[in-house]
Amino acid sequence: MKEEVKLMKGNEAIAHAAIRYGCDGYFGYPITPQSEVLETLEALMPWETTGMTVLQAESEVAAINMVYGGAASGKAVMTSSSSPGISLKQEGISYMAGAELPALILNVMRGGPGLGTIQPSQADYFQATKGGGHGDYHLIVLAPASVQEMVDFVALGFDLSFKYRTPAMILADGIVGQMMEKVVLPEQRPRRSEEEIRRQCPWAANGRKGMRTRNVVTSLELESSKMEEINNRLQERYRAISDNETRWEELDTEGADYLIVAFGSMARICAKAKDIAKEKGIKVGIVRPITLWPFPAEAIRKAAEGKKGILCVELNAGQMIEDVRLSIHDAIPVKHFGRLGGIIPSPQEVVEALENNFIK
Amino acid sequence: MEVKDIIKEENKVYSKPALLDDVHMHYCPGCSHGVIHKLIAEIVEELDITEKTVGVSPVGCAVFAYNYVNVDWVEAAHGRAPAVATAISRLWEDNVVFTYQGDGDMAAIGTAETIHAANRGENIVMVFVNNAIYGMTGGQMAPTTLIGQKTATTPYGRRVDLNGYPIAITKLLAELDGTCYVTRQSVHTPGAVRKTKAALKKAFQNAMAKKGTSVVEIVSTCSSGWKMTPDEANKWMAEHMFEKYPPGDIKDNA
Repeated sequence: MKEEVKLMKGNEAIAHAAIRYGCDGYFGYPITPQSEVLETLEALMPWETTGMTVLQAESEVAAINMVYGGAASGKAVMTSSSSPGISLKQEGISYMAGAELPALILNVMRGGPGLGTIQPSQADYFQATKGGGHGDYHLIVLAPASVQEMVDFVALGFDLSFKYRTPAMILADGIVGQMMEKVVLPEQRPRRSEEEIRRQCPWAANGRKGMRTRNVVTSLELESSKMEEINNRLQERYRAISDNETRWEELDTEGADYLIVAFGSMARICAKAKDIAKEKGIKVGIVRPITLWPFPAEAIRKAAEGKKGILCVELNAGQMIEDVRLSIHDAIPVKHFGRLGGIIPSPQEVVEALENNFIK
Repeated sequence: MEVKDIIKEENKVYSKPALLDDVHMHYCPGCSHGVIHKLIAEIVEELDITEKTVGVSPVGCAVFAYNYVNVDWVEAAHGRAPAVATAISRLWEDNVVFTYQGDGDMAAIGTAETIHAANRGENIVMVFVNNAIYGMTGGQMAPTTLIGQKTATTPYGRRVDLNGYPIAITKLLAELDGTCYVTRQSVHTPGAVRKTKAALKKAFQNAMAKKGTSVVEIVSTCSSGWKMTPDEANKWMAEHMFEKYPPGDIKDNA
């Protein structure tokens, strides 16, 4: 079959990818810079084709709790928002982590704190990777660097979240959400039938079909010993995710003198900076974490061997740098470079930061 | 004649519904929840919808409803039950979905979710237990607490200048085009229990027939929170609560 190549925005691509994955329901609330996800879904009317439900909720809080309900009933459901909206969703995200529910959440990050700006940012790294809501939990966090990865991570995010029964987040920045690129859309997958859902999710609350034992989806347990067991089970699962699902990409790390660690759109800018640096005789390699949680600590530790320094390039004031420093136990100097407030650095600025920190 | 001569199958005039679990309830003596749970269990049985019923329980005393009524349950975050129920109802069209909410859940923290689910006309039943107090957390003021009513956070009585007015949210919900049936009942006398059962049954039938949102408020007691005996609480409820929350149908378009 001929590949279906389209030119579209990252946000639009997410909508197409969700339908083609066989997603059962999307629940969202408009917020810049990701409103195209909901707009595209409403325009495509998937309820007429695949039967997917699309609903504009009254708030981000309602939207994430609709996702909680849909996930609790075994359906493949998702929401999307941007930073201030994702803050509102933390309640539902924590409940889903506690109730061991699969779901996909897209955050197209904008600058904060507060209402902040509608311009791109990567300042929600801490929130996404360290928990975000209350309690001991992690999300599987995927950081796309292209529109193609926006599409690919819809399927990957759903598959991982169902495999491990824990919510997954696509942590995109405003650049990836808004930029247009060529993208290959996957083939349409059918939505699972109700029988398939009952088989795949025997724990789901969707009616006691065949008078089976009642299913209860809850994150509540007042008996401390049982609650500790639940927490231990979650931690065990997080260890399994760390062992099996860590993803990253390396560019020219072998033979390089310096390392750049960057994710999302910043890794694209750093790839150009690497080429400019090469022309200047500075040998730089790049490690791009694809899963921000679990973090590719071991890969960074190995790539850092024999290097003179690491530059962490992030659209924030220095968040991922903490994980990078932990990865290498501060064996070599690690410096941060980032712009704030929605300003996107040029590749030249990245090269200058490299020179200023390590060479001059 | 001894008791064992009386307890015989042929003499049975009543039995508890099979869907009501044979376990100890955590509710206090005199609490209305037990009766309301029983009515829901009876109705699900009578309508033969056990295989497609999903309850959404709240945060509050009824958080453990899933331990007592033998249907599938999802325990929602405080106030979010209508949003949770919206998704389940839309994603499983044949299912009958109901929320079970207290006054704090429905009329304070979950006002937005409640009003918008009702306004969208979601095909769900909202069971609203209004006992004018936060029972689970120890008897604090609820949005429905009456003026002058003493609670843990209004120790000298609710004052309008400090706390505003009690909300009759059911009346508000009746104004919305999405609701098909809105009624206010109680379970403090056998007659009232029968009326509440009829109201709940109608509400569940409306959900099955996809007629929109049905709201059944049940004016209830909280003898522990009110610091009264069960009997005193029933009397106090009839004397004081019914003035602000009069029983009867508020809307019936179904």
